[in-house]
Amino acid sequence: MKEKPYWSPYASGLGLGITLLLAFVLMGRGLGASGAMMRFTTALVDLFAHDHVMANPYFAKYAENPFSNWLVYEILGVMIGGFLSGMLAGRNKWRTGRGPNIGKHKRWLYAFIGGAIMGFGARLSRGCTSGLALTGGATLAVGGWVFMFAVFAAAYATAYFVRKQWI
Amino acid sequence: MAPFFKYGFFTEQTGLIIALILGVSFGFWLERAGFGYSRKLALQFYFKDMTVLNVMFTAIVVAMLGLLLFSLFGWLDITKVYINPTYLWAQLIGGLILGVGFAIGGYCPGTSVVGAVTGHVDAYFFLGGAMFGMFVFGEMFPSLEGLYNWGAMGDVRLSDVFNVSSGVVALAVVILAILFFLGGEWLENKFGKEGV
Repeated sequence: MKEKPYWSPYASGLGLGITLLLAFVLMGRGLGASGAMMRFTTALVDLFAHDHVMANPYFAKYAENPFSNWLVYEILGVMIGGFLSGMLAGRNKWRTGRGPNIGKHKRWLYAFIGGAIMGFGARLSRGCTSGLALTGGATLAVGGWVFMFAVFAAAYATAYFVRKQWI
Repeated sequence: MAPFFKYGFFTEQTGLIIALILGVSFGFWLERAGFGYSRKLALQFYFKDMTVLNVMFTAIVVAMLGLLLFSLFGWLDITKVYINPTYLWAQLIGGLILGVGFAIGGYCPGTSVVGAVTGHVDAYFFLGGAMFGMFVFGEMFPSLEGLYNWGAMGDVRLSDVFNVSSGVVALAVVILAILFFLGGEWLENKFGKEGV
């Protein structure tokens, strides 16, 4: 099946906005992503070093019933929804996202490094692009807006140095 | 009256099922926009594809106006809707770090999940990295606690710090969004829009 084009950003934005609004109306809370990842991370560490997790106040907070959590269910849904949309558009196939001037192995290394930096940053800010910028942005939270502008400022400033990866 | 969960319309168990359903919708729209593909996200930072900004600001405006209108009509008690607490300096520094990671890694946490389920191999490396970064943060937490709590301001909204009504802030956000949409289109044409 030939890949179908992506939908208009405004149509997708409207769909996302309504989803976020429904979360506010039904649950009184927004969407998120990095909180669920922290729970998976903690559960993984807990498998190998339970006492160590319990001795650390930050890990311990996430260690009790790590998967019986709103964000974990939401992220399971994201997996299903993303897969369905990709399937309907003929986009589900193995590949590596990269620009024309970088090999896939180098790109994998950059993806890991960038992910590590982002994981650290997301915990320091208590949220990521979904949980803090999008949700905090819509509720007009001061921290959400400060965070959003900081993210874009730093990303634009860094872009020049990693341009071989993308353009 | 909304938010329904806070008024006891359903149990926490039902809430988890709602989380799953809302997640399906969230993932669907992220993929529709093209956010499963790291290069499309990253081209934002070279002004060649402004989809990220357009999607984010459309979503923020829709959800924000919905909240304000529902609250104005008396359908929703806005004081019962969660608001992210502000830790000004922690979130500013965390945002700068996260932005560096965004340009290098090409994903953010939510989009990397969509990238992974649609077969993007780089998204798996990103996810592994993100979990490693969170593990490092947790390990370092005792020495980072001061930074983590730096600039604690509580549940403050923009309307509180600028001392104006929410309606005025909302109008400013709508104007900002329109300026971003128009500016983004201009930048795409100037820097060579890339259809990915």
